[in-house]
Order: sequence, then C-alpha cells, then structure tokens
Amino acid sequence: MTRLIYPLDGLKAHPPSLSPAYTSTVRRAPSKPLILLPHSLTEVTGPVYGHDSVVAGEADLTRQHAGEPLGERIIVTGRVLDEDGRPVPDSLVEVWQANAAGRYIHVKDQHPAPLDANFTGAGRCLTDTDGRYRFVTVKPGAYPWRNHHNAWRPAHIHLSLFGHSFLSRLVTQMYFPGDPLFPFDPIFNSIPDEAARNRLIARFDLSVTEPEWALGYQFDIVLRGRQATPMEEPHHD
Amino acid sequence: MTELLSPVHDLTPSQTVGPFFHFMLTPKAYGVREIFTADLTQEGPGGDRLRIEGRVLDADGAPIPDAMVEIWQADANGAYAHPASPKPAANGFRGFGRCPTDAHGAFAFDTIMPGIVTTFDGAPQSPHIAVTLFARGMTRHLVTRIYFAGRDDLAADPVLALVPPERRSTLLAVAVAKGLWEFTIRLGGDAETVFFEA
Ligand SMILES: [Fe+2]
Repeated sequence: MTRLIYPLDGLKAHPPSLSPAYTSTVRRAPSKPLILLPHSLTEVTGPVYGHDSVVAGEADLTRQHAGEPLGERIIVTGRVLDEDGRPVPDSLVEVWQANAAGRYIHVKDQHPAPLDANFTGAGRCLTDTDGRYRFVTVKPGAYPWRNHHNAWRPAHIHLSLFGHSFLSRLVTQMYFPGDPLFPFDPIFNSIPDEAARNRLIARFDLSVTEPEWALGYQFDIVLRGRQATPMEEPHHD
Repeated sequence: MTELLSPVHDLTPSQTVGPFFHFMLTPKAYGVREIFTADLTQEGPGGDRLRIEGRVLDADGAPIPDAMVEIWQADANGAYAHPASPKPAANGFRGFGRCPTDAHGAFAFDTIMPGIVTTFDGAPQSPHIAVTLFARGMTRHLVTRIYFAGRDDLAADPVLALVPPERRSTLLAVAVAKGLWEFTIRLGGDAETVFFEA
C-alpha cells in the first residue's frame, strides 16, 4: 500500500505521555498505545494562517500598554525549519509568558507576585521568507507550582506553531541558558533525551543583542515535515 | 518505491501547553485580539450545518476543565484550505477551529459536515474531522478523529479498519438531535478514546 509518510524516527524527541514525576500526567495520559495513522490529505494539509492573521505591533510585548513593563528587556528570534532544514515561511508563531515577577495575567494564576499593568505577555508573529521570527519582550520570572514540595518552574516562554501541515503542529516551551532550576523541573525533564531537552534552551547571542537596549537570544525550532515523497510503507504491527 | 533519507534536523520536542494558555490561544476574555474560534460556519461554507458538543474526561472520568481542542476538516466537497489540496476549498472556508474546555470539561464546535477525502491510494474515507487535544498534564498533544455514526461508508473506512473493532465506537460522534452530535474524549477507562500516532 502506497502511503505518504513522514519518517517517525524524529518523534522520539518528544516526552512520553506518562511522565510520573510530572504528576498531572498520571490521569491525563492514555493507557493504550497510539495507533499508527497512515497519512492522507487530512494529515499532509493543515491550517494556513498567514499575513492576514497578524497585525502590526503584536510581536512587541513591551509596547502593548501605556507604559513599558518592568523587567529585563529581551529580543527572542530564531528560524523555524522542517526536518530537511528548509525554512518554514509565512507561518504563525504564538507566544505567552509570565511577567518579570513570574506572574501570569491568567485568572487562575494565584502566585502572590505582582501583576504589571504594562504587560500582558501574549504575542504573535509570522515567520519571514527565511523562516525567521522575532519577538521583543521581557525575561519572564520563575514561578512556583504545586507539583511537589517547593516546586518552581524555570523561566520559560510558551510557543505554539502550525508549520506546513496537520503533522507539524507543535506547542512547546523555550528556556534560558544556565537556569539553576533545570535539574528540578519535571516538565523540562519529561523529555528523556538530554540532547533533545537541551534543544529547548535558547542561546544568548551578542549579535542579536542591541547596545544599551536589550539582550538577544536565538531559538531555532524544527517542525515535523519533509519533502513529501511517496514511499512503500512497511507493515506496522 | 522511494527511500527517504534520514532527517538532517532533529525535532524540537513538545512541552505541555500548561494551565495558562487562554490569554493567548483563546484570549477573548482578556481583551486580546482573537483569530481562532469554534464557529467555522462564520466562514460561510456551503454544506450541512452541524454542531459537535463534547467533554474531555481524564482517566478517572473526571472532566478536564483546562484542555483545548482543535479541529481540522475538509469542506463539503472534501477539499482542504491548503495548497496541497487537489481542489480548492470553498471560498473563505479555512477548516480550522479551536475551543477551550469549560469548568465542566465541555467544548462545542459549529461547523459543516465534511465531504469525502480519499487516501493517496484513492480509497474513500468516511467523512471525518481531525482532532488535536492539548491540556495541562499532557506532555504532547494527542491526535484523534471524529467520524459520524450511522453512515454506510464507515465499514469501508481504511483508518477505522486499523482500529480494533471493539474500540471503533470511541471515534464516532453520535447524533442526539437534528444537526447536533455528541463526541466525548476519554483519556482512560473502558471506553478510552483511540488516539493516533501520525
Ligand atoms: Fe508557564
């Protein structure tokens, strides 16, 4: 049977559904194995949200209110690529984060750290023809959560991407180099492979840094997807 | 047969969407501009209108109040709003919806009955909607499909054929009134929903 299949090897990078140290996974992981889905047009297509989905200013999280937010101003940029290393252009990137004090604007966030009237922490941008995105924001603070005693999340920015197809959908988190909380964070460590984990850590980049204004970080993102190539798919049990 | 070379770039791993996504991903209540909704009929596609209501339940059957459900579907003619689709989708129809679950774990989409999409072998698939599920406590999204109970062509669907017969019903939305379908997503229990690796 001829099927259009992207290779599955790369999926090993993802964390397993059940990661007991992250206690909420215990009741939210399926108990039965996933069934391999042959790729049809349903999977190799996917939502297309291009230039009409982003408006000017949404990529600068420091200029969404009357004043500037408190915190360390940063630039986060990188390229969105597919597994062949080709850029993914005109693709929507959505980001959300806590403020510099480690507090989300979200109604359910109970952390007793101050909100910042000048910071929402939500941004959107579109990748350019080279697959590059760029946000201006402030560095988010670490925050506590109730997973275990004295649990703190390392500073992170949440990202959501679509890419070329239904198969390239990705929601992930970007971390900052040298965070002392890495060894203690069950979410970061839900990814079994150390090299894969480390791909979620942005790289400080002096060439992205703007003098007397903002520190720069590079964070490249690789989404599922290859040059579409029909192949004979061996039988999977 | 065409061999695929191994990928040259390693995937960026997934991380949970966490509990605090609403103010970006489904942000209406926060005064942030919203670009995705759960009402695909606003795009004015032709076809039979339908509403899909459901809940997301954890392994103990408890509602998950902080999940997000996304759907992806063809228009009434089986065309996707994507350049790889051999025929173009109905004018203005994008085929994508997003809905957070509420305090009862409930979600709902207003959309149209998708048309028939064939496999790359030319085999017709029964009309279906692709579903992506995100939640706090889920390290990576899960993928499933909504099919529509009662259709004659379910028996010949090549994807359902891969699912053990006793589990196929977990992929079927059930009509509870004219145009109203119910689809429950269960992360465990006797009727655990079938999820796919794609
Ligand atoms: Fe977070």
